[in-house]
Amino acid sequence: METSILSSILFATIVAGTPLIIVALGQLIAEKAGVLNLGAEGMMAMGAIAGFAVTLHSGNPWLGVLAGMLAGAAMSFIFAVVVLTLMGNQVASGLALSILGVGLSAFIGKPYESDILPTVGALRIPLLADLPIIGDALFNQQALVYFSWALFAGIAWFLYRSRTGLVLRAVGESPSSAHSIGYPVIRIRYLATIFGGAMAGIGGSFLSVFYTPLWVEGMVSGRGWIAIALVVFATWRPFRVLVGAYLFGGVMVAQLFVQGSDLDINIPSQLLSALPYLATIIVLVIISRDQNTVRLNAPVSLGQPYRPEA
Amino acid sequence: MLRLERRPEASQMMSYLSPLIAIVLMLIGGLLLFTALGKDPIEGFKVFFIYPISDSYGVSELFLKATPLMLIAIGLAVGFRANVWNIGAEGQLIAGAIAASAVALYFYEDEGAHILILMVIAGAIGGMLWASIPAFLKTRFNTNEILVSLMLVYVAQLLVSWLVHGPMMDPDGFNFPQSRLFDEPALLPILVEGTRLNLAFSFAVSALLVGYIFMYRSFAGFQMQVAGFAKDAARYAGFSAKRMIWIGLLSGGGMAGLAGMSEVAGPMGQITEHVSNNYGFAAIIVAFVARLNPIGIFFASLLMALLYLGGEQAQQYLALPSSISNVFQGMLLMFLLGSDVFINYRVRWKEAIA
Amino acid sequence: MTSAANGDQTLRLELNGITKIYPSVIANEDVSLSVKRGEIHAVLGENGAGKSTLMKMIYGVTHPDAGQMKWEGEPVHVENPAHARSLGIGMVFQHFSLFETLNVVENVALALPGNPDLNELASQITEVSNRYGLPVDPGRLVHALSVGERQRVEIIRCLLQNPKLLIMDEPTSVLTPQAVRKLFDTLRQLAEEGCSILYISHKLDEIQELCHVATVLRDGKVTGHCIPAEETPKSMASLMIGKELPVPERGEPAELGEIRLQLNSLSKSSDDPFGTDLKAIDIEVRSGEILGIAGVSGNGQQELLYALSGEELVDNADAIHVCGKASGRDMPGQRRLLGMGFVPEERLGRGAVPRMSLTENALLTAYHADMLRLGMIQFERISAFARKCIEDFNVKCGGEDHAANSLSGGNLQKFIMGREILLAPKLLVVAQPTWGVDVGAAAFIRQRLIDLRDQGTAILVISEELEELFEISDRIAVIADGRLSPAKMLADTSIDEIGVWMSGMWETPAAAGVDANA
Repeated sequence: METSILSSILFATIVAGTPLIIVALGQLIAEKAGVLNLGAEGMMAMGAIAGFAVTLHSGNPWLGVLAGMLAGAAMSFIFAVVVLTLMGNQVASGLALSILGVGLSAFIGKPYESDILPTVGALRIPLLADLPIIGDALFNQQALVYFSWALFAGIAWFLYRSRTGLVLRAVGESPSSAHSIGYPVIRIRYLATIFGGAMAGIGGSFLSVFYTPLWVEGMVSGRGWIAIALVVFATWRPFRVLVGAYLFGGVMVAQLFVQGSDLDINIPSQLLSALPYLATIIVLVIISRDQNTVRLNAPVSLGQPYRPEA
Repeated sequence: MLRLERRPEASQMMSYLSPLIAIVLMLIGGLLLFTALGKDPIEGFKVFFIYPISDSYGVSELFLKATPLMLIAIGLAVGFRANVWNIGAEGQLIAGAIAASAVALYFYEDEGAHILILMVIAGAIGGMLWASIPAFLKTRFNTNEILVSLMLVYVAQLLVSWLVHGPMMDPDGFNFPQSRLFDEPALLPILVEGTRLNLAFSFAVSALLVGYIFMYRSFAGFQMQVAGFAKDAARYAGFSAKRMIWIGLLSGGGMAGLAGMSEVAGPMGQITEHVSNNYGFAAIIVAFVARLNPIGIFFASLLMALLYLGGEQAQQYLALPSSISNVFQGMLLMFLLGSDVFINYRVRWKEAIA
Repeated sequence: MTSAANGDQTLRLELNGITKIYPSVIANEDVSLSVKRGEIHAVLGENGAGKSTLMKMIYGVTHPDAGQMKWEGEPVHVENPAHARSLGIGMVFQHFSLFETLNVVENVALALPGNPDLNELASQITEVSNRYGLPVDPGRLVHALSVGERQRVEIIRCLLQNPKLLIMDEPTSVLTPQAVRKLFDTLRQLAEEGCSILYISHKLDEIQELCHVATVLRDGKVTGHCIPAEETPKSMASLMIGKELPVPERGEPAELGEIRLQLNSLSKSSDDPFGTDLKAIDIEVRSGEILGIAGVSGNGQQELLYALSGEELVDNADAIHVCGKASGRDMPGQRRLLGMGFVPEERLGRGAVPRMSLTENALLTAYHADMLRLGMIQFERISAFARKCIEDFNVKCGGEDHAANSLSGGNLQKFIMGREILLAPKLLVVAQPTWGVDVGAAAFIRQRLIDLRDQGTAILVISEELEELFEISDRIAVIADGRLSPAKMLADTSIDEIGVWMSGMWETPAAAGVDANA
């Protein structure tokens, strides 16, 4: 009994953390190239509705994920044009993208509000899934959970072991130096930004296609922003993103378990629901108290517009 | 090939023109959107932009809707000019509404002008308190104010939800999540008979005036502008960065709180879960479209209010979700940020060199 | 000259009629020059003459609007730096193109084609650095390196590609005189091996010492070719600026007055992880004298200036006395009220707000000079002040309503300098007074500083240009690694001695006989 509760908490934590991992790792790449896209919330919302609608019409959740990815990428492309080609303010443009994405998704999603998707079965990994406690939680999961781990491994390798990753970091650190030794700074930033958008779109579609699985206006409920905070909390390091995402997943799940349990706890449900947001604030405070760590790890050119003078 | 080329000096004219360009682009985008949805674009345009203000009641509704936007936008603009990014006006509005409602409900069935005065004060203080959290964390720990103020929006929404489900719930309201309807003494007086336009509109206009003087005439406003343009120059001149963060966040919070008060003591007459209609976010767009200029804020608020009314009309007559107004708002801001490039750059045709 | 310069006569690089036009300025107009194999070719010109733009075109960072470039006899259009490197052109930038948070090997790898193995590359770096006397540790992060070491990384990065032409853009501005000599040895060795070198500089003596031939640029145009060994500094200067080098007039040191600035063992650890800690710095500056502080950049100048201006506060108020008052905890505004003026190194963005008008920029520090009433700005007064500043200091601009970023560097510096001087400071702290400023403006600014001293102001000048300090200072001290040397009277020292001190070695027997901060 005890172990089955533990196992299901672990299971739910991993599920709740997965979209955060995918979105935050995508943003990590964009930020490493020096682009701060605060539009993750909007891109997730668009990914969620695109994923939901396409899955509903096609019956294939993978087409849905693909559609979510494309929707997120398209949104980030708009952002990239505004901030990279037209040199718009990154903070304001990111906000605009969030507002646009949340509004547009609500608009598109109106007719879908009463639909529900069939639950997608888990992908069970033989043998490993039979392990006690962790077996089910880790190895009897949605395919996108495994994807998030692969993404983590891939990005960690890319950033610190590959030449392209080195170039990406160089662009984020000093675009003018990168330009003067001959790297196409703007093109690299476009690619990184669009990758970030695509991941946000996948993260959004995970929510509407696998997690709930339905569409409600505002269902992303701040996860895009939490993912951005997570990147800061992780001081731009992939492994810490992973850990942080599960931490947040745990907080989200814990409040659901308390609310759902028959324990006679007299805490208003709203207060429990506020926990992830409060936790975000606390975590941000803790990390920003140590400015040197942040300064040493933050991409130097983050948020700064750059235009090569030709 | 088309190339962007830096202007020797920023174009003053373009900085006024680019909002107009953005509006035109938004309208074109809207026409395309209507067409794509199979609606007659001309009809859609009329429903959205003409019908809502085709009679005097419509115009009064326009000003009513524009009131909270003006209040919040001018408060935010003060901070934005110093690059203090308060994105949580939505939450501060809710906090102000809660505080004002608490006063109204405390004095329920009482008489006297003190009730409204106290509500105004409570509203502003409520918003300021909510905004002081990011201000404190920013000045004390250098915590990013964008993320903190935004997280507090969600917390405020949950807080008001809890209140109207619990302590503030109307005892005779059949368990509906809303408060009692406020008494007459807790409601803002109507300005024009036969409309819903109330005293808050004159608050908003006064706020714009005070804001104008602060921004363009006072030394404190100058200091904030310096900080916004060049942080190091402000530090070199000896302007206190912490003080600016506080001023920026408190003015935004105070004005948003006042807007919250004007909603519960105005058109709503009570507090519910849906006390804000996304005004806190729409006001950010207003502030940007207006170039953080008080006169611009006046007109941009009216435009934004028109988008709200148009959205309601579109829902009624075109069977489109009212969230279409958010789509327009988002498009407007996106186009504006894009067309701003022409302030500092111009387009030149350049032959590629062989 | 060396045999290499005269040996093989194939032209390595030939430029014909190169023109580059920017929206507001013609950077290069009809520039032609040719470089032989193994030749050290100087491109001489003052700031803004178009030297850097020309080099960027050769290296493919930007492209000419007209004209032709030939590489080893063949016409070529250099697409981008990678293309330039594949041709055999390497460039060491004035503002290094290095990445602070990456280590030396990674920095080098970024400029090499393909995907080099980092361990192998590290040993190659060591090999090249031994061969050319350029010691550097491949594993270290760049932000931990000194400016000199960073330059070595840039050079090694070029040498690893066996360049046929090496472009050096103002390489000595960050080096001590001794390090300059070492660099010259390396460059001569390279030239002997057949590598051509384009050497960009505005320093006449260096060009005379090192270069075989020189091309002189003024206002984007070639004003002459010459053989430096056959010229005098005077004749080259007149090619470069169209007239003789102006020399400021200075009278005898003024009567020394009261102490206006006193630092008592000022120590401060830097907040910046890449910064320098200040260690027990003592300074005294009296009314009527100019104290110059020399040093290679990155040795604590920034930190010292922040502490002096009040942009960074120090823990101990007594460590800094401004005009007799313990001010270590005072904000910049309070220090101004005590009579301190301050001209920072960065003009745009620190000394002035780029997008604001000159009037508003005057208000930036002049606000306490009766410019406010009840917290409101008195625009009439402040624009009158700005106009006076423009007139008195010959600021060329469209008027006081024009934005600071529409001015040239020299004119903006004159405006900032004028603003601070018109406020009649008792103490003036100036960083890099003439950095990047044309010769005329530089002479003007130096003269105004000397005049101000004669009127009894105490002046502290921090500069990386030794010649400048020797021109205007009464006493000179050196900052190295966050420590300050004793100050010496100008007459009692020499450029060579200060040069040695710049590497931190003043506590040697040679440094005995210092007048202990007289």
